[in-house]
Amino acid sequence: MALAETIKTKANNALGVNPQDAKISKSYFTVTFLALLIGGTLGLVQGLNRAGLFELPSWLNYYQVLTAHGLLLILVFTAFFTIGYFYAGLSHTLGGLIPKVRKMVWIGFWMKIFGFVLAVIPILMNEASVMYTFYPPMAASPLFYFGLVFIVLGVWMAAFGAFVQVANWRKNHKGQHLPILSFFATGVFVLLFFSSIPVAIEVFMIIPWVLGWMETINVMLSRTLFWAFGHTLVNIWYLTAISVWYVIVPKVIGGRRFSDTLTRVVVILLVILNIPGGFHHQIIDPGISETIKYMHVFMSLAVGFPSLMTAYAMFSVFERTGRAKGAKGLFGFFKKLPWGDVRFLAPFIAMVAFIPAGAGGIVQTTNQLDQVVHNSLWIVGHFHLTLGMTVALTFFGVSYWLIPRISGRILTKKMNKMGVITTILWTIGMSFMAIAMHLVGLLGSPRRTSYTTYGDNATALGWDPYLIFLAIGGTFLIVAVIMQVYSAFHLMFRAPKGEEEFPIAEEEEDASKTPFWTERWSRTILIMLIVVAMAYVIPIVDFIGDPGSPPWKTW
Amino acid sequence: MHKHEKIWLILSTAMIVGFFLFAGYQTFALQMGPPSHQETIDPQKVDETEPFDNPGVFQTGENEYEVVMTLQIFSFTPSEIEIPAGSEVTFTMTSKDVTHGFQIAGTNVNAMVMPGYVQKITQTFNEPGEYLILCNEYCGSGHQLMATTITVK
Ligand SMILES: [Cu+2]
Repeated sequence: MALAETIKTKANNALGVNPQDAKISKSYFTVTFLALLIGGTLGLVQGLNRAGLFELPSWLNYYQVLTAHGLLLILVFTAFFTIGYFYAGLSHTLGGLIPKVRKMVWIGFWMKIFGFVLAVIPILMNEASVMYTFYPPMAASPLFYFGLVFIVLGVWMAAFGAFVQVANWRKNHKGQHLPILSFFATGVFVLLFFSSIPVAIEVFMIIPWVLGWMETINVMLSRTLFWAFGHTLVNIWYLTAISVWYVIVPKVIGGRRFSDTLTRVVVILLVILNIPGGFHHQIIDPGISETIKYMHVFMSLAVGFPSLMTAYAMFSVFERTGRAKGAKGLFGFFKKLPWGDVRFLAPFIAMVAFIPAGAGGIVQTTNQLDQVVHNSLWIVGHFHLTLGMTVALTFFGVSYWLIPRISGRILTKKMNKMGVITTILWTIGMSFMAIAMHLVGLLGSPRRTSYTTYGDNATALGWDPYLIFLAIGGTFLIVAVIMQVYSAFHLMFRAPKGEEEFPIAEEEEDASKTPFWTERWSRTILIMLIVVAMAYVIPIVDFIGDPGSPPWKTW
Repeated sequence: MHKHEKIWLILSTAMIVGFFLFAGYQTFALQMGPPSHQETIDPQKVDETEPFDNPGVFQTGENEYEVVMTLQIFSFTPSEIEIPAGSEVTFTMTSKDVTHGFQIAGTNVNAMVMPGYVQKITQTFNEPGEYLILCNEYCGSGHQLMATTITVK
């Protein structure tokens, strides 16, 4: 198989980049980095406000800014990057996209843009300051929910396109394993599709209610449906990031991949276990028994297992590569890593950030620990580590080779250096912010709250010294954002012409054969659905018939 | 599979199972489970429904109190509560409008309070002082003002 893969890689590299496929990914990345620029700027505005340094003008309220920041960075930045990246991967590893698939992903692109515009209009008009979680019974303008419908449909188009592409390849390559990057893509799109079903149901409950056709809405049911989606979404971005760690990073450092079987098992486990993980957002909710919550501790903790395997895999690859290059001693391999190469440095820092981020995740899934930090700034610190460091830095690392690759350009030494500096600034800024948020959250400072001293309350005043670091971190971050956005567009339009490598690592030479059951997606999906049913049937049946709430506009 | 890999997998499993068992021990043996009261209420008739038709602080035993509380944009009723040191206080709460959060800074009191549901959480206050109660779930334009205090004497 290693030989077959070598031939395939060579063939793919020789085929070059299909210009039509490249245009798809370039369009997605354009949106990605524009979202980063706007979302990042709004982030700075919040950091400065929360530190008590900056008062927002009367026509712009904090919660409007926060809604837009969340939507742009947790949904748009990530979704557009993920789709652009995996479509480039599907095109590269499966011999180009088939025309039907191209059409589907373009339709999906415009549906998402249309939906996003619909959702942004009411946010700008302060008619939808409901945060990206939009918990009923807060009711935004109907336009906001129509926008969400189109965003979901657009994501589905991209997912279906990927399924058609993969099915077509499998039909023509009977008995072969799906190339590893496309295997990751399949896992990601399966999760994207299935996890967005609950939120689609929620939005279809909300629309007749905001239009006044239904008098009340079931608050706990909608909240539960939301988190079945909301948390999975974050883990989808994380699964996208680890595809880079398993497949791309080993090649960048001149090594080979970790065990193909275990890599595929990690993907399968993450697909099966992820959706119930969302329940830990509801650990201190009323209306759910302690027993159900306890069962969910197990379901959420189980997600930690593939992550711990990943940690092992990464360090194993680093060590082997280092030794192959002549490293000695226990940690000698560290010196053999290409620290000056942004394609390695950015995802490496992302991995390191996942150590505290993963530990924080375990804290939140454990009932009593969660109660200490729930809805405090600790949580915000946590997802600035997971999304802001682990996911974002990995995505940035990819941008330095994938954007030039699909643009027929190269990553110059100068741009690589720029990338290294951006990575360092980003790391400093995000660390300041995330550490301060974790600490002040433990003291009780709440998330999603504009600057307040609660009438000069002594406890609240004690938080101020920590909150200053949100402004300091935010300032580093905005510099990094501007540099990163500049680099992305420079590499797309200005960098010298040439051919940049699509770095896909090969398997170990002595690798044992991967069992074929890993290819049975129907079985993986079936097990996933059973696990989801185990997690959700009882609480959801419990909520049905609970007294509903009328809509409220409280901003 | 390599030896190190096996060791790592065993350690990972042990850690996950350890957290799981410890959370279970705390929940079921030590009664430290998260607030999970299961009782519904019509959110549009809170003012007419017992006990919320008469919110306030009630002594329920020696050193035991119940605070019947409604949360609404952007306040807590009753507010500025006072209780003697050493008392065990059970907060019985519901929301009259949107989702709120009930948190007492410096303690582990933290519960979601949602319209349509009654939520309960109990805490013993040994240390005298003024504690900050705040809403920790975004509930609208005045969310940052939604706070009060509980004074332990
Ligand atoms: Cu509130």
